Amino acid sequence: MDAVAHAPAVEHGPSLRQRLAARGFDAVTLLVIPAAIFSLLLFVYPFAFGFVLSFEPKAGGDWLANYRRFFSDPFLYETIAKTLWLAIPVTLVNLLLAIPIAFRVRLMRNQRLLTTLLVLPITLGTVLVAEGLLNYLGPQGWFNRTLMTFGLISQPLKLVHNYWGVFASLVITGFPFTFLLTLSYVTGIDPALEQAAATLGASAWQRFRHVYLPLLMPGLAITFCLSFVQAFSVFPSAVLLGEPAGPTRVISIAAAQAAFEEYDYSMGSAIAMIMGFVQLGIVVAVLASRGLFYRGPASGAKG
Amino acid sequence: MTIALSQFDEVRLDRVSRDFGALNALRDVSLTIRRGEFIALLGPSGCGKSTTLNCIAGLLPVTGGAIWLDRNRVDTLRPEERGFGMVFQNYALFPHLNVRQNIGFGLKMRGRPKAEIDRKVNEALDLVRLRGQENKLPGQLSGGQQQRVAIARAIVIEPPLVLMDEPLSNLDAKLRLEMRAEIRRIHNELGATTIYVTHDQDEALSLADRIVVLRDGVVRQVGAPKELYEAPAHFDVADFMGFRNKLKGKVVAIEGDRTVLDVEGARISGVARERVSVGSTAYAAIRSDDLEVGEAGPNAIAATVDTIEYRGREFVGTAHSAGGLDFVFRSHVPVELGSRIHLRTEDERILVFAEPVQGRQ
Repeated sequence: MDAVAHAPAVEHGPSLRQRLAARGFDAVTLLVIPAAIFSLLLFVYPFAFGFVLSFEPKAGGDWLANYRRFFSDPFLYETIAKTLWLAIPVTLVNLLLAIPIAFRVRLMRNQRLLTTLLVLPITLGTVLVAEGLLNYLGPQGWFNRTLMTFGLISQPLKLVHNYWGVFASLVITGFPFTFLLTLSYVTGIDPALEQAAATLGASAWQRFRHVYLPLLMPGLAITFCLSFVQAFSVFPSAVLLGEPAGPTRVISIAAAQAAFEEYDYSMGSAIAMIMGFVQLGIVVAVLASRGLFYRGPASGAKG
Repeated sequence: MTIALSQFDEVRLDRVSRDFGALNALRDVSLTIRRGEFIALLGPSGCGKSTTLNCIAGLLPVTGGAIWLDRNRVDTLRPEERGFGMVFQNYALFPHLNVRQNIGFGLKMRGRPKAEIDRKVNEALDLVRLRGQENKLPGQLSGGQQQRVAIARAIVIEPPLVLMDEPLSNLDAKLRLEMRAEIRRIHNELGATTIYVTHDQDEALSLADRIVVLRDGVVRQVGAPKELYEAPAHFDVADFMGFRNKLKGKVVAIEGDRTVLDVEGARISGVARERVSVGSTAYAAIRSDDLEVGEAGPNAIAATVDTIEYRGREFVGTAHSAGGLDFVFRSHVPVELGSRIHLRTEDERILVFAEPVQGRQ
């Protein structure tokens, strides 16, 4: 119909619609709009707002005053190290626990049941886990009482309201996530590759070292980044299970105090921005190192 | 040529069984493979041929019986201790290693010196004609080249036994013929001992010195290709060897070495391959190549033509009888669709089998 009416136009080349379609734009592309609006309203705008706000100090002064204050006050800048000191070991422990367990679980039949059990801690949320740990690991908790009953210790161990309380809580809430990601990468590798390596004389350790590990590295890097970002933004467990004035005064606590105790939103935004850039720095460094490894498909043959 | 395969006299499977839960995937498979032989394990899918291969390689534990390499029992060893080379159906090349590293993998795992690895890998590259490709990753190779890498990788470790699991099934028809010849050439050049799993009887017939036909986890027949082709011992083996016409009838007489069947009123006489008795149900099996259009008379059965295809030198047609038997036949002259014809062949071209026992035995 249209085509017949505009037949002479064909001499001038394809229509605008055809040219757009050739570049991947058509009516279906419009379906991106809701997602774009969502991310614009809930991520881009608040981020940009916070970014600008961080350069408008409440107490006046020049535009970098907030950042200068952060990096000159040990009580503030030490939170970066304290947070990293929690987040990096926790992420590494989670990852190092997840790899051997994933290797065992990939051979199991009841993977689904196990997966469900592991997802539970994620759904419970950090606060409930923190409450549980306070009771369980506290001076009067089962753990200490059991050890004392058996005479293994005479004084209760201090396991909460310090670094290790937060550490334990982050491992418990972070592990399922790390594990599920690792499992999906491990099961994504064609088992025939391991069989081939075995028939070629490779021992179990050599098969892991020379076949699985190189193929897993890119996936493990992504898992590390996602787990690290989760651990780095720790807040509830650092307050409930840690020493929020001492060794577990993490960077999110500093931001919350600035914003909601000193009512200095500008300073709070500046700290949030610093937090974001530290995370970004680590993530970029880890992802960039992926370039050192093979990143193609992890199966023995092409499709 | 310094790729010298380990010397031994025979590999012996002694009543090997393998259960998957309640299912017997393999039952009492006994087989002796002599040095230098090319053995094909042939059978339909699910017959246990790949299971047999995986048991020999050590990738599946056997649940009964034993496997011997001369006087050494190997079924209790881990796959990495057996040292058998294996070529997988999907090649299973290490995607992160280039061709040279893939082929050298086995030697590296054995801690051989670098100079020796380089020399042997070069020889293997020459043997499979992949010189110039050694720095490519498997993903950059064609299917046929990947298959060559997989073969080179398996033989460079100088295994006493080379195991191949349907190595050609992922290739297109033309390449399959080429690689078939290559595999036999490599086997001959190295003096290798090969066990080759396939479901394609042409492949088995053209490659193997001996064919082992498996069905439902049981060895049905072992023999040279010519033997199996001309004298299958059982109905299911015949079915697999291209006897596409299966005429169900009743035994009416046994006259010397001829057994006469009544098939829908027609008298069909052939050579009995299994013991049959007068009055029992039996099958006459005839190759489509042997069934021709002819005159009414002995060994002829009336049929109606359903399809007719021109195949270059001759015509191949399908037809059905009044009683519902289906036929595949050949003809040098075109026949009319729907016409009534008589299909016939010679006595010695007809094999008579007892009615097979249904289901897993």
